[in-house]
Amino acid sequence: MPVNTKAIGKTYEPTTYAVGREKIKEYARAVGETNQVHLDEKAARQAGYADVVAPPMFAVVYSGAAVVPALFDPEVEMNFAMMVHGGQEFEWGPLVVAGDEITTTASAKDIYEKDGRGYYIFESVSVNQRGEQVCRGTWTHIVRGV
Amino acid sequence: MADFSVGAQIPELRVTPDKYLTVRYAGASGDFNPIHIDEEFAKAVGLPGRILHGLWSMAQVARAQTDAAGAPGALKRLSVQFRGMGVPEQEVVVRGTVREASDGRVLVDTVAEQAGNQIIRNAEAELQV
Repeated sequence: MPVNTKAIGKTYEPTTYAVGREKIKEYARAVGETNQVHLDEKAARQAGYADVVAPPMFAVVYSGAAVVPALFDPEVEMNFAMMVHGGQEFEWGPLVVAGDEITTTASAKDIYEKDGRGYYIFESVSVNQRGEQVCRGTWTHIVRGV
Repeated sequence: MADFSVGAQIPELRVTPDKYLTVRYAGASGDFNPIHIDEEFAKAVGLPGRILHGLWSMAQVARAQTDAAGAPGALKRLSVQFRGMGVPEQEVVVRGTVREASDGRVLVDTVAEQAGNQIIRNAEAELQV
């Protein structure tokens, strides 16, 4: 059964995420960060940041909510039972700190079949309240046996 | 700051996710897929047991770069492929080798493994140092 490609190019409703200081600390502790700029606002300010700094991979928190509706889009027809998260790329701009508001727009970048597997590639573009692009994510999901 | 000349290895990162790590990461990240937090569910769908979140493992790959550079803003890009399955209560080792370096722009090839199994492979990090 060929993959359904009609969703390629489709853009989804943007989401806005308000970055909280304690959420950054909770995330930083869960991934084992020891750099105090992620854990202590005084250390962050001494290092020249406005507030606690989000670790780069905190991008999954502020952009993930925008990507989920794309994954579940009925027009994409992704078979979740056979799906694996095959690959991930993030490209970062200016650092995100507590107090920022990040707006993320997701789109279906590409859908194709190769060697009996379906490749579903989504893109997320995240900008801060000043309009600076803080992160672009490429989310690759692979479905076996399409 | 670590040595970022071509061929240099960044300092190895070793971390052992404890029994409840996947629960804390689920809360921190918002990813509550039961394959990560429910032993019975994971086994029922054919897994050996609860598995690590791939994006947690990717965060360890990212941390190896930012720890080596000494600043979170040094990491400009990171791409990874998820392979195999990470499990709790087993040490994860992240190793990286500098492939290219010019004008402070550095590319580091990185892998994360657990008991000899690669759980993240073909990771490429781009840093500004």
